[in-house]
Amino acid sequence: MSTINDGLKSLLGWVDARFPLTSNWKSHVSEYYAPKNFNFWYFFGSLAMLVLVIQIVTGIFLVMHFKPDATLNASGVPIAFASVEYIMRDVPWGWLIRYMHSTGASAFFVVIYLHMFRGFLYGSYRKPRELVWIFGMLIFLCLMAEAFFGYLLPWGQMSYWGAQVIVNLFSAIPLIGPDLSLWIRGDYVVGDATLNRFFAFHVIAVPLVLVGLVAAHILALHEVGSNNPDGIEIKKKKGADGIPLDGIAFHPYYTVKDIVGTVVFLAVFSIVLFFMPEGGGYFLEYNNFFPADPLQTPPHIAPVWYFTPYYSILRAVTYPLFGIDAKFWGVAAMGASTLIIALLPWLDRSPVKSIRYRGPITKVLLSLFVISFFILGFLGTKPPSYEFFGMIPGAPVAQLLSLYYFLFFITMPVWSSLDRCKPEPDRVTSK
Amino acid sequence: MKKFLTALLFVPLLAFASSEVHLDKAPDRSGDNAALQRGAKTFVNYCLNCHSASYMRYNRLTDIGLSDGQIKENLLFTAEKVGEPMKVALQRADGRIFFGAAPPDLTVIARARGSESGSGADWLYTYLRGFYRDSERPTGWNNTVFPNVGMPHVLWELQGDQVQGEHHKLELANPGKLSPKEYDSMVADLVGYLNYMGEPAAEARKRLGGFVLLGLLLLFILTYALKREYWKDVH
Repeated sequence: MSTINDGLKSLLGWVDARFPLTSNWKSHVSEYYAPKNFNFWYFFGSLAMLVLVIQIVTGIFLVMHFKPDATLNASGVPIAFASVEYIMRDVPWGWLIRYMHSTGASAFFVVIYLHMFRGFLYGSYRKPRELVWIFGMLIFLCLMAEAFFGYLLPWGQMSYWGAQVIVNLFSAIPLIGPDLSLWIRGDYVVGDATLNRFFAFHVIAVPLVLVGLVAAHILALHEVGSNNPDGIEIKKKKGADGIPLDGIAFHPYYTVKDIVGTVVFLAVFSIVLFFMPEGGGYFLEYNNFFPADPLQTPPHIAPVWYFTPYYSILRAVTYPLFGIDAKFWGVAAMGASTLIIALLPWLDRSPVKSIRYRGPITKVLLSLFVISFFILGFLGTKPPSYEFFGMIPGAPVAQLLSLYYFLFFITMPVWSSLDRCKPEPDRVTSK
Repeated sequence: MKKFLTALLFVPLLAFASSEVHLDKAPDRSGDNAALQRGAKTFVNYCLNCHSASYMRYNRLTDIGLSDGQIKENLLFTAEKVGEPMKVALQRADGRIFFGAAPPDLTVIARARGSESGSGADWLYTYLRGFYRDSERPTGWNNTVFPNVGMPHVLWELQGDQVQGEHHKLELANPGKLSPKEYDSMVADLVGYLNYMGEPAAEARKRLGGFVLLGLLLLFILTYALKREYWKDVH
């Protein structure tokens, strides 16, 4: 026994002399000190990594059987669409892999939205974590691009017309618009060229950037250390050994805790995957089981649920400005609505970070923000003519809530500094 | 605060309430092999002349309790081997001339026809019972849930002629070979089959899901105990 141990030790010594294995393990895992008071909201970072791994692994197996080809087969079905059904039927366990990937796409956004909301709650974006936040926002943008490219691949009606609508948005940009959208599509309508390039983006380009950004996000986080539900810096109070008094080693404490979170997450994930993989038409849209037909526009084109809040903001702008089409301003508003989140570290002027010590203004405005985000998301799944309970027209509600979305951020420097905050504790509190 | 935020998550659910076309609820035939086999027979006899089911292989029907021999003897009209998919001889270009639109592939039709108004099976169940005589249409038939549909009423011999009466209510003008009750049951079997064909792995999926959840429950107990043990020394 001891000879095996000695052998392994000398092997590790050999590696360490040539590669920073032990030192990296220590600085990122076994001697990375995280605050001991992480709560429910702190599971979603590691869960996001888990979903990323699920998506990459299942994606590799899907690529082995999927054919990005828009031409029609002998039965008049696009080959790409037929190859998805081939995976669902003829590839052993293909249905499981495919559902893991399709459920994973929605799960990714659920986890990321909750992860971001955690940042809102506890001021995780504040100094010195601005770069952590910006890398995170870049990940979010990449994820949206990844989801958008991937959604075209099954080549169903919603895939096709969703891509058609979104790529057409670029044509609203003055001067270069029409040429730009043509350049993106590679054709005058979404077609085989579009499918092939979206496939390339989806399986190679965007995942590469995504993985790089995740590494940067974690490196930046480990440089400054994690925030916590109290929003105070644990590094300010260190013991004689230089370890934060309120810090515990990530491994084993948070590894064993995150494993529990992972199991609970997988249970929820499995309930969707095995018992409701279509997610009531929200995770896999019904209309997407019709193969893409360039000659037949569906009566109602709705993006998948995770894009719908932004889609609502896009549709909310209906007035042309400065002689430029309203569509362009809609696109600009949609872009701005995602980018403005990146500015949070500089918009928030509150003396405290965590919601626990912030005053009523923050609590009310943030709650309203969450509600309006949900309602915007709901309205984005509906046609603009939708009316709540058949009475209240949805379109002006979406406009009002879009306005609130922006006002929430733009006026933040004012209301966040006005709010009556409670004093922060010296040490983290355990609840 | 925490409870308030959690409650907020459910607010949007209140807004979910909508109504479009009324669809009749399709009887559930999943797992009922005898019904699915009757449905397969109806499908092969009546639908699989114009509509293909090109992702569905004949021998997949072993799922619903048929043997290769039974499939070959009773159902194999459009192919030579049981491993072949359900294709049709009708050319798509011809279909376009005959009906105004090529008859769509029906493999996943039960999944595609889902909507807020009901499941795809509900839609099909209502659709196949919703044909009525309409002299203004080239085929002489129209449909309540699919207005101006290109397909004539293929099952009219069985159902008989329906006409649209007052308030667009359908009435049976001439009875067919089957009583209305028998016809509804036959359509239910057919829709059950279409539903099965939309996702043949569905039953296996649900069965496996039970085991996976059971395994995860076990894993939860173990991992939670492990976490408790380690966290004893965190104060």
